[in-house]
Amino acid sequence: MTRFSALSLLKNAMTGHKDWEPQWPDSEPKQEYDVVIVGAGGHGLGAAYYLAKEHGITNVAVIDKGWLGGGNTGRNTTIIRSNYLYDESARMYDHALDLWEGLSQELNYNVMFSQRGVMMLAHNVHDVQSFHRHLHSNRLNGVDNQWLTPEEAKAYCPPLNISKSARYPVMGAALQRRAGTARHDAVAWGYARAAAARGVDIVQNCPVTAIRRDSNGAVEGVETARGFIRAKKVAVSAAGHTSVLMDTAGVRLPLESYPLQALVSEPVKPIFPCVVMSNTVHAYVSQSDKGELVVGAGTDQYTSYSQRGGLPHIQHTVAAVCEVFPIFTRMRMLRKWGGIVDVTPDRSPILNKTPVQGLYVNCGWGTGGFKATPGAANVLAWTVARDEPHPINAPFHLDRFRTGRLIDEAAAAAVAH
Amino acid sequence: MTAFRVAESGRVRHDRPVEFQFDGRSYQGLEGDTLASALLANGVHLLGRSFKYHRPRGILTAGSEEPNALVGTRRGPGRYEPNTRATVQEIWDGLQAESQNRYPKLSFDLGAINDRLYMLFSAGFYYKTFMWPRSFWERVYEPLIRRAAGLGKAPQEPDPDHYAERHLHTDILVVGGGPAGLSAARSAAKSGARVVLVDESAEMGGHLLSEPGLVIDGQPAWDWLAGMLEELRELGVRVMSRTTAIGYYHQNFLALCERLSDHLKEAPADLPRERLWQVRAGQVVLAQGALEKPLVFDGNDRPGVMLAGAAQTYLHRYGVRAGDRHVVATSHDSAWHAAFDLSDAGSRVEAIVDTRANPSDALREAARDRGIRVLSGHTVTGTSGRLRVNAVRVNPVHDGSVGPAETLGCDSLLMSGGWTPSLHLFSHTKGTLRWDDESDAFLPDQQAEACHIAGAGRGLWGVEAVLQDGDLRGAEAAEAAGHKPESGAFQVENDRTGSGETHRELPSDRKPGRARAFVDYQNDVTAKDIRLAVREGMKSIEHVKRYTTNGMATDQGKLSNMNGLMIAADAVGKAPPQVGLTTFRPPYTPTTFGAFAGYHRGDHFEVVRKTPIDSWAEENGAVFEPVSQWRRAWYFPRQGEDMEAAVARECLATRKSLGIFDASTLGKIEIAGPDAVEFMNRMYTNPWTKLAPGRCRYGLLLGEDGFIRDDGVIGRLSDDLFHVTTTTGGAARVLTMMEDYLQTEWPDLNVWLTSTTEQWATIALNGPNARRVLEPFVEGQDLSPEAFVHMSVAECRVAGFPARLFRLSFTGELSFEINVPARYGRALWEKLYEAGQQYDVCPYGTETMHVLRAEKGFIIVGQDTDGTVTPDDAGMSWAVGKKKTDFVGMRSLSRPDLVAPGRKQLVGLLTEDGSVRLDEGAQVVADPNQSVPMAMIGHVSSSYHSATLGRSIALALLKDGRNLKGQEVYVPLPSGLHKARVTDTVFYDPEGERLKV
Repeated sequence: MTRFSALSLLKNAMTGHKDWEPQWPDSEPKQEYDVVIVGAGGHGLGAAYYLAKEHGITNVAVIDKGWLGGGNTGRNTTIIRSNYLYDESARMYDHALDLWEGLSQELNYNVMFSQRGVMMLAHNVHDVQSFHRHLHSNRLNGVDNQWLTPEEAKAYCPPLNISKSARYPVMGAALQRRAGTARHDAVAWGYARAAAARGVDIVQNCPVTAIRRDSNGAVEGVETARGFIRAKKVAVSAAGHTSVLMDTAGVRLPLESYPLQALVSEPVKPIFPCVVMSNTVHAYVSQSDKGELVVGAGTDQYTSYSQRGGLPHIQHTVAAVCEVFPIFTRMRMLRKWGGIVDVTPDRSPILNKTPVQGLYVNCGWGTGGFKATPGAANVLAWTVARDEPHPINAPFHLDRFRTGRLIDEAAAAAVAH
Repeated sequence: MTAFRVAESGRVRHDRPVEFQFDGRSYQGLEGDTLASALLANGVHLLGRSFKYHRPRGILTAGSEEPNALVGTRRGPGRYEPNTRATVQEIWDGLQAESQNRYPKLSFDLGAINDRLYMLFSAGFYYKTFMWPRSFWERVYEPLIRRAAGLGKAPQEPDPDHYAERHLHTDILVVGGGPAGLSAARSAAKSGARVVLVDESAEMGGHLLSEPGLVIDGQPAWDWLAGMLEELRELGVRVMSRTTAIGYYHQNFLALCERLSDHLKEAPADLPRERLWQVRAGQVVLAQGALEKPLVFDGNDRPGVMLAGAAQTYLHRYGVRAGDRHVVATSHDSAWHAAFDLSDAGSRVEAIVDTRANPSDALREAARDRGIRVLSGHTVTGTSGRLRVNAVRVNPVHDGSVGPAETLGCDSLLMSGGWTPSLHLFSHTKGTLRWDDESDAFLPDQQAEACHIAGAGRGLWGVEAVLQDGDLRGAEAAEAAGHKPESGAFQVENDRTGSGETHRELPSDRKPGRARAFVDYQNDVTAKDIRLAVREGMKSIEHVKRYTTNGMATDQGKLSNMNGLMIAADAVGKAPPQVGLTTFRPPYTPTTFGAFAGYHRGDHFEVVRKTPIDSWAEENGAVFEPVSQWRRAWYFPRQGEDMEAAVARECLATRKSLGIFDASTLGKIEIAGPDAVEFMNRMYTNPWTKLAPGRCRYGLLLGEDGFIRDDGVIGRLSDDLFHVTTTTGGAARVLTMMEDYLQTEWPDLNVWLTSTTEQWATIALNGPNARRVLEPFVEGQDLSPEAFVHMSVAECRVAGFPARLFRLSFTGELSFEINVPARYGRALWEKLYEAGQQYDVCPYGTETMHVLRAEKGFIIVGQDTDGTVTPDDAGMSWAVGKKKTDFVGMRSLSRPDLVAPGRKQLVGLLTEDGSVRLDEGAQVVADPNQSVPMAMIGHVSSSYHSATLGRSIALALLKDGRNLKGQEVYVPLPSGLHKARVTDTVFYDPEGERLKV
């Protein structure tokens, strides 16, 4: 692997950039691997990387039905934060945040992790109560999160409308300064390149059609469009399609899949210095390095596998953005798109072993999987390598839906009076 | 007349000059000009700077696909807009436009240093560097990159314009007002179908506007067009210009954006700027035509380099020549005609350079007739000129080898790399495309919606063929929509049919690594960038796109996608269809946020729900709080009172004598039908069978997971009629949940659900004097304690109004809730308020309601529960029917973790120092001496100062809470560590004596 650096860039610039090598080879699948990971998104590629680096397991294939990074890794709004309420979530996302902070150097790939701060707006008394609960919990968990007055919030993000006469006036905000954004594609590419450099095969355009189990019920390998691939360990990390795949192994998952939409504006000069989230008004905004406003919309009301989504959510989202940031009505939407998110009953992921020997699953991240990428990948690798969960992901067991030991972050923000 | 205007030519009004400014300089254009055509008429070609290299850029196209000529426009305060395409913006007297992304000025831009360093700024260079030292990314590199990136400046002030929205149903929607769309609309409308025809341009006609020499059915093209539009009007077709179909959604649902005022000098104040149309069409005809491709060669981006079709449009539609001395470079016949027309209009065409070895004899002959030199089998290998092209370097190509160069002087280079069918909307539907070898283009294949592609979108070429096809598709659509169509026939003279070939970057005799051959103009993506991406392993078009940003500019790849694909396919060594096509996404062209937001701005963002008594509260000085969509009176401060003082006074007055509270926001659902009681039994945890008509009961609703979702008092009015109340925020959710069960799980039940939240005004009278005030108003119900016991409901009259009267209590005091039809709400409130004066009645708001209920330990769902709380956790096992065999969530209640010891339970908390009010949300620990991360045992859910008790009180959810009663716990706050004792949840009148008044 050619090391990336200013120097290597300069050297190659002199020679017309004709000596760069492929960042990863497009591998043909072998007949057998120690581990097969289904889904070449950030989570799957990252898991392969950590399997190779931290556990010495390099006979690994990451298999994808399309091109690597083509699913939700390349479709999200790139928000990274860890100010979650429950200990279990806080540990998971803070682990990810720790890894994010050194990821560019670790991978020798600039993933443009930018800790510009994520500010969550409170618009009513219930929001204030809920955010205070988060703040107190985060403080005692060692997770940074601080309360801002409306004036402080506006100082942090000048386009913000803090008028008291607004439909939903800003009553304050919770700010996590360590939080921010990253360049989503670069995360997939960086992990792919680093994993490939350690011997991992990345097999693209190879749909996995079924997971095969042997007579004892243990995993035997995966059926693919290019034939059967043997592996005693299979990890499924295929957001948007996990339940279909796991079904082939006889594992029913409590997942519902919804279209989730996002959009960008035309690029403009820097105007928006941080990330702002308003759950009550439903506006999620940041500005990319390229200058586009990046806006997240809500999930559609109905389950679907179609990566399209409807217009009403977009209208509502854009109206919400203009409500919180009135100067943006004359900005233009450049492009909008949809992805499919897998949602569990408690809105927390499932990342653990399964009832099937040798089968591991990482799914159910809902709308928030990107921020967890390095952390999830890291503990997934651990779980696969040792056939037991890392303490961080141990609570994220499928069995919790049977026992009722839920980790319900969404419910924690439930609104009713 | 300006230098490049052709007298009496075009559709502009030569008798109506228009003054406008660009970069502070005044220019004159004509009514009907776009900013681009008017500047071209003045000989101005330099309009902007590119994104990365800050290269000087001119006008490339004559339409909405323009990637280069983006400007900022201004129309007084608050009406600045960045990134406006000069090729679309119509001019009006006083229009101010300015160039973007340059410093200090357009002709001399310091950012152009990037252009000198272009070898460093190769595709994806930023992924490879800026990593050391680590802290520099955010402190140094990223701010620099961000400042350099972006195009225009964002608006800085709120927008004074307003935006509108409409819904429309139609049998047939035709997208595109060119020849195919026109004939499709006519044949469809003749069948009697309702037809809507939209076009993004200021006028209908499409390509016909650029080719007036055609003769259609014996008429000059523009006369034919006028007649056609008249006919469409007579047929009742709704013809909408300046209207872009921006997105195509499920079930033939399309969004259109109509631009109403940006082209007007003075827009009437009531005219919206834009209107978003949401159209549900039975059938859709997509007649979006084709987009011309640039040729990819070194220097193909200099100002003065323009698509040949655009030059033809500027000439015929706007009466503007794109220059005096043209060189035409092409791989398609169409550019020859542009050259001929310009030559005929008085321009000099130095040469037609065709990449093909053998252009047709007819074209050669026509060129010879005009004295135009023809260089066939040639390639373009460079251009020169700093701010405007002044020469073109061309070379012959023989058997793939490039011969010696020749330089041709010019002030305008027109190019054509052929045409791409415009299938963006078709792609929105996830309709699939197939590669057509013959036309070297993707054509529609499998369709996912009820749509019909007409004309150039299907690879057809020539106006007669396109008219005929449009007619057929329109008829096809009409038939599919259930109408009997009739088809017409068209005869076109002077039809310029033609063909061409498709290229990747043109061959060159220069080092390919150095060539500045642009594929995506705006994003500065060159052919070598695409090859570099492929070299680095980006073998899918999606990877190429994301790595190079090809196709991600504001033209969304309309010009760049096909050229990018041809080059990538060549680099990968595969056929184009194997490399694939990126997905086109809505909107078709960038669309203002305002258009999407429509009416939903400011006060109309979301309706403010107000109760019938809201106006009284406002008149009486209430402070309001938003609760879901409602605004509710929060407290009623008297002169000089702050919130705390007001709430304390309201609490004491209610406990002492009488308080009056507007509870109208409570959700209300009427459940009626023979199976109403069975439905109630299945929904709620409580048993309902034995609840007698005339009695009410506190009901608890769980989710399937066994956790509390909602609560409220429910009255049984008769055997088959329940009056359910829900939380204010939960009303819609509960009704949806009930309907979901009723329709999908229990279709056997004969039950009807009706939301009656807004039908009733609800007034709560609380306090020892409640009965005394109310009694004189009530007819038809004896209010004595024996006749109307606690937890009763009656239908009666109150103050002469029909009423549903509840006796219940959320405060612990004697309490009545009077529901009257909403229109009587305020009248009843005023009567009760007046009558209450003798008991010092005190109107109170939601905060006092919260304090009073907390003193009694009553929960607020969503505050003291959070979606993880079971009835037992909340101390409400009593609300769960022990003998019931089923209700929603029942099975989950027996899950291991829900019956395991150590669950968080609702308890009371009393701080050691009664003057300390704990923060709601504060976390509780057992051991205050631990280090972070601390083991937390729960949190404070409610916390108030209780004036009644003269101290603070709190409710908390604590692990194993009920077993901790009497013990001490700790609350570490930034203000210090607080000690508190765990208590019962009922702080006041635990025996309920006060209800027995």
